[in-house]
Amino acid sequence: MSFVAGEALGRANLEVFSETLLSLAREDRNVVAVTSDSRGSGKLATFAKALPDQLVEVGIAEQNLVGVAAGLASAGKCVFAVSPASFLTTRAFEQIKNDICYSDRPVKLIGISAGVSYGALGSTHHSTHDLAALRAVDNVTIVVPADNFETAQAIKSAARMSHPVYLRFGKRALAHLHDPGARFEPGRALPVRDGTDVAFIATGETVWPALMAARELDTHGLSCRVISMHTVKPLDVDAVISAATDCRAVVTVEEHSVFGGLGEACAAVLMQAGVPVPFKIVGFPDEYLATGSQLEIFDHYGISAPGLAQTAQMLLARGG
Amino acid sequence: MTDLELKIKSIRYRKKLLRYIKQAGAGHTGGDLSCVDILNVLYNRILNVSPATFDDPGRDRYIQSKGHSVEALYVVLADRGFFPESDLETICRYGSHYVGHPTRKVHGVEQNTGALGHGLAFSVGVALAGKMDGATYRVYTLLGDGELAEGSNWESMMAAAHYQLDNLTAVIDRNALQITGATETVCRLEPLEQKLAAFGWSVHTVDGHDIPALSERLGSVPFQAGKPSAVIAQTVKGKGISFMENDASWHHRVPNDEQYERAQRELDRHLAEATS
Repeated sequence: MSFVAGEALGRANLEVFSETLLSLAREDRNVVAVTSDSRGSGKLATFAKALPDQLVEVGIAEQNLVGVAAGLASAGKCVFAVSPASFLTTRAFEQIKNDICYSDRPVKLIGISAGVSYGALGSTHHSTHDLAALRAVDNVTIVVPADNFETAQAIKSAARMSHPVYLRFGKRALAHLHDPGARFEPGRALPVRDGTDVAFIATGETVWPALMAARELDTHGLSCRVISMHTVKPLDVDAVISAATDCRAVVTVEEHSVFGGLGEACAAVLMQAGVPVPFKIVGFPDEYLATGSQLEIFDHYGISAPGLAQTAQMLLARGG
Repeated sequence: MTDLELKIKSIRYRKKLLRYIKQAGAGHTGGDLSCVDILNVLYNRILNVSPATFDDPGRDRYIQSKGHSVEALYVVLADRGFFPESDLETICRYGSHYVGHPTRKVHGVEQNTGALGHGLAFSVGVALAGKMDGATYRVYTLLGDGELAEGSNWESMMAAAHYQLDNLTAVIDRNALQITGATETVCRLEPLEQKLAAFGWSVHTVDGHDIPALSERLGSVPFQAGKPSAVIAQTVKGKGISFMENDASWHHRVPNDEQYERAQRELDRHLAEATS
């Protein structure tokens, strides 16, 4: 049976991360995980049992987590600093900026339970600012994988990187999006399907709803492109410009504030390249977010098949 | 190198760092002068590191958490041959790598610092890696006393004790002043020795300008097997220049021409006394 994107349900990216990390660490004793009382939420309990000498626990102390990670990396360790995305990128932002990025320590910053994965636990636990914050920091690659394949590949790529990288993902089981023959490369968007009427440029866990919206629009005779923009920085500029020149409208989708994330990155590319196209950024507005599960919050803000299909149709009606 | 030779070096370092602060029109004068004897002892007597071995994984590490005292560090590194002293003519100049806080672009600098409360966590990471690898290198870090109000330090103190990092030594430049005034007035730090001990460190207090005493303490770490070592170095902010000593207003003040000449004359007198 041939592969159909979005059909088969895989596992949570979090599980794929922990499994991939364990396998990397078994091959190389210099691979070290640093946790801030986050081995449970990071699914690293198995890692801790299997390779206790390669796990450093610092307790609930994210600033120390990142500083220690920088020190370990300076001494030749391949360090994965694992903590909920919100705490990692907010509490330890200065450590990320100075100790990792400015000092060019090739730490792999792993933001777990990212975006609104914690759902009803509320804003303290959400990271809807992290892409914006880190986009403005020099010397860090930002990757938001959309499915299990992208996650495994991103982790393996991160392990090889000689400069800082931030990876963030959630904990909900996700559908497989890519053909087994797909090739992952940081900085190169992965096409999920091609189309010429509307392009959805999405990242992370919003790629699947974008794909479902594209399917829905099929029934209206509209041909939709879906791109997984897994690397938010450096952005695949060519993929953005092609999407805007090949299609009549562009919708960006992200599990993040509409300020400073993927959407504004794409808008800046198109504006500066002089490519005019009906364009909409879908994400979380500048407001006190609705309470609910991750998917309920997605639905509330139109990050869903009907929501995104409607956004696309409105853009086209406006003159796409 | 004898104690007297080191004492003379310290005076020369003071003369040089003042010269470069004056030339750059910027610098953290008071704190440079308070920690320069510590740097002198570390680099000339304690640390097993040189320009030739700086890339050696087994080298001793020095991480300057109080990055603002960068002129003292630059002067000592230049003296140790990490780069030509003439490079320091460019401190804080357009296009120079010699920024007003330490960066790795400068040979001999282990980590970019400047924002406070960062050096200790980094040092804990380096020390932990040493333990993991069975390496014998030692890690020294210099913290300011005002800097200890940063909570991140205490996270790192806990971790260092938890992991029994007896290859790690934190030297605290206890000059008792910060930019606003006395540390005890700004936000009380004492009883510091007890605080550090309660966090699981082995602590000694020493005169931070006494070359033999500093050498003895910094060379006898770990004070206790299985514990990180803390050295509270009691220092004088602005040390060596009478009108700068114990005056918080010299935190990052640059001397005017008259003050500069006076300071150099005082140091010349110290030099003459030391060499007579």
